[in-house]
Parts: sequence; structure tokens; C-alpha cells
Amino acid sequence: MAVPAPQTLTEVPAPRRSGCPFDPAPAYEQARRAEPVSRIRLWDGTWCWLVTRHQDVRTVLRDQRFSADSSRPGFPFLSPGRRVLGTGRTSFIRQDDPEHARLRRMLTADFMVRRTEELRPRIQELADALLDTMTAHGRREADLVPEFALPLPSVVICLLLGVPYADHGFFQRLSSVMLRTASSPAEISAAQDELQAYLADLAGRRRGQPDEGILSRLAAEGELDDEEIASVGRLLLIAGHETTANMTALSVLALLRHPDQLARLRAGGPQEHKAAVEELLRYLTIVQDGVVRLATEDVSLGGTAIAAGEGVLCMLSSANRDEAAFPGEAGLDLGRDARRHLAFGFGVHQCLGQALARVELQVALGTLLSRLPELRLAVPFEEIRFRGDMLVYGVHALPVTW
Amino acid sequence: MRVAVDREKCCGAGLCVLTAGGVFDQGEEDGLVVLLVAEPPAAEAEDVREAAQGCPCGAITVEETAGQ
Repeated sequence: MAVPAPQTLTEVPAPRRSGCPFDPAPAYEQARRAEPVSRIRLWDGTWCWLVTRHQDVRTVLRDQRFSADSSRPGFPFLSPGRRVLGTGRTSFIRQDDPEHARLRRMLTADFMVRRTEELRPRIQELADALLDTMTAHGRREADLVPEFALPLPSVVICLLLGVPYADHGFFQRLSSVMLRTASSPAEISAAQDELQAYLADLAGRRRGQPDEGILSRLAAEGELDDEEIASVGRLLLIAGHETTANMTALSVLALLRHPDQLARLRAGGPQEHKAAVEELLRYLTIVQDGVVRLATEDVSLGGTAIAAGEGVLCMLSSANRDEAAFPGEAGLDLGRDARRHLAFGFGVHQCLGQALARVELQVALGTLLSRLPELRLAVPFEEIRFRGDMLVYGVHALPVTW
Repeated sequence: MRVAVDREKCCGAGLCVLTAGGVFDQGEEDGLVVLLVAEPPAAEAEDVREAAQGCPCGAITVEETAGQ
């Protein structure tokens, strides 16, 4: 692909403004206002389209002429590591229908709204147990990430999959390598292979000794071999705990930085908590670098001609700050109707585990706020290290006191 | 208002159930959309429109009928 005039190119991932860790990079916000479908330069010298408006992102992600299949020539990758993630053993997240639908539909019942609601009491018990441990023996300070935000969704997804939680140190380490933007292709490849081998071995063992988990069920259904089950397992395991964990910790921090909103949330009931989670999802949009697609036909998007074979980056964070979709102040407003946010993506690939994520976030935040009314940061805000270096945004640690 | 769903398009995200739980459900076996009420009462109309708008796969269509 020929590189167009350089003045229209933004480098991605673009940096956030210093001191504004909750806001998308200014480059994306400017693009949305000035040139909502613009060109960006990629690390490998190629370019792709950057789509920044809410309506346009919805249009692209719902249009089957934009492919998610990263094995297609010209598919855009945001880093060398992501090319490895996108071209190695991928799962249905990187496939198109009908193959994508065939695999996804093996799992849709597991993550449906009713089933996740049935898990709520169990998730509540877990949240309470984690806080019991965290606050035992008069302790007044902890890092909320490893003691609460991470183990909660991690235990839950292990339970659902049938993966021993005792191995969490192992897969959380691999997951960190795979999600770090700066990891080398060799590091990512090795981590991916290691996790794949672990899950393929587990799937094989579950054939002989089934439990109640998804891996056992997929093995029993007999449609997938152990390697295919492992690929599905890898996707669910990583997506299932990194996202909710980071969303939990970052939400707590955002609320501590917006005391008026925090007070509002404390005063609200379950309905207000649900609405608040949607607004936090919109405001924080932790899939910080957006999602990529490849045009398989010539498409006109809001008057811009996108040719077959050109890549598109849909910037979810910018779409979620689009004044046309979310009128009023762009900031955190827990009274807002944020239901149309795109934090879970859009189209047939929209997050499979979103109902579970919602319940986990509602329980995690609700429990934390009711049990620790004096919750506050244990270090100055300026010392918090944000995950600008990871695929999934959040904080590396969240020292709190109560 | 008359509602229709297309289970072939459905990706089981479940947003419709969260938005208008009296009108939409998910199948026990496959998690895909199940229409509970094809002609919802006026009180549900706004939520149903929101569910159709928000459906990531475009699996819900709403036809406005006279008198509502």
C-alpha cells in the first residue's frame, strides 16, 4: 500500500496527555472532531484508516464486508507482537462467519444473562471472602489489584472453564507477556505456545476425567480436538480475567478521583449500581487501542472511500467520548444513560463474556464500597502507574487504605 | 409495535435481555435470542427500540404499527 501524504498521519498507539490518565489520547479526540475517518501510520511502515466516531465504529463493526480474519493479506497490526498474536494459533475472535459463529455458538449458552445471574451469589461469596482476607487481623492497607481485583474474575473464569486456580501464577504471568505491547515476537510466541500446551494437556486429561467446566464439555461434545479446545480456552482464560480485573481497579481509582460521583454511587441501590457500571465502561474503555478490521470490498464510510484490502482501526475509546452519542459533559457522570457504549465492541464479535463481566463489576464495586466506607488511596495519585504499555488499560498496582 | 428476531444473525450477547427482559430471552440450550412477546405493550416500547438499536448483530427489527 502506498503511504499517503504524511500530514494526515497519526502515529498509533498515540500517547495520552500527561495528567489525564482517564482520557483517550488527544490525537484520537482531535481526529474525531477534525477528520473522523483519517489515516494512521503503523510501526511497519504501512498505514490504515482510523475510525473515531460512535456511529462509524458501529457501522464498520456490524458490516460483514469488514473482516476480523487476521490471516488475510494486508490485515493491520499495531505492533510486531500483535502480528504474532494475530497470525499464530488464533481462535474465533480472529475468524469470520460462518466458522466464527460455529465456534462462538458452542459457548453462548455458558455466558448468557440468566446463567451469569445464577453465578451472582457465588461471585458475592468470593468477593466477601477476598475482602475478609484482605482486611483480616486489623490490616489497613493493601494493593487492591492482586488481593481483590485480579483474583475475583480469575477464580470465576477458572471455575467456568475447569482450569485449576492453583495454577494462576503460571497463566497470569503468560497473560502479562502476551498483553504487553513491548514484548518481542519471540516472547509472545513462547508464552502463547506454553499456555496452549498447558490447556491442550488439560483438555486431554478432562476427556478421561471430566468436571463441570467448559473444557470438559467441549471435549465430550467431540467436535473439537484438544488443540482447538486449547485455543478457545486461551481466549476465554485471558479475556476472562485481565479485562474485568483492570476494569475493577481502574473504576475504583476513577471513583476515588471523582468524590461527588462516588458519593452518588454509595447512595444508590442495585439499579444505580448497574447504570454506574455502564458509565464506567464507557468512560474508561480499557481496550485502549481499539479493534482492527480489513475491508474485503470497497466501502464508503461517511463519505470516505475505503478500498478492498485496506485496514481499519476502530477506536472504541474515542467513539465512547463522541458528543453525538453521549451529549453533555464528556466526563464521568453516573447519572448518564451510557447503554450504547462500545466498551465491549460491536457486531458479531462483541464480547462473549459481557454479561459475566457486568455481574462481576457490579458485585466487586458494590461490595468494596459497602464494606470499606473509608476506602482511599494509600499513595499520592501521581505515583500510580498506569498500563499505557498493555493491550488492556488499567493500573499496575492500586495501593489503598481504609 | 411489532417485533421480529433473526436467530441466524444473533451472536448471543444478551444485551436485549438486559434492556427489555420482558420481551426478549435467551434459549437455554444455545443462548441465542428468544422473542417472548411479538407485540409488546406501549410501556415497553422505548426499551424495545433501545434493544433493537443496541443489538450488535442487527438481529432485532421493530415495525411501528398504527395507534402506538
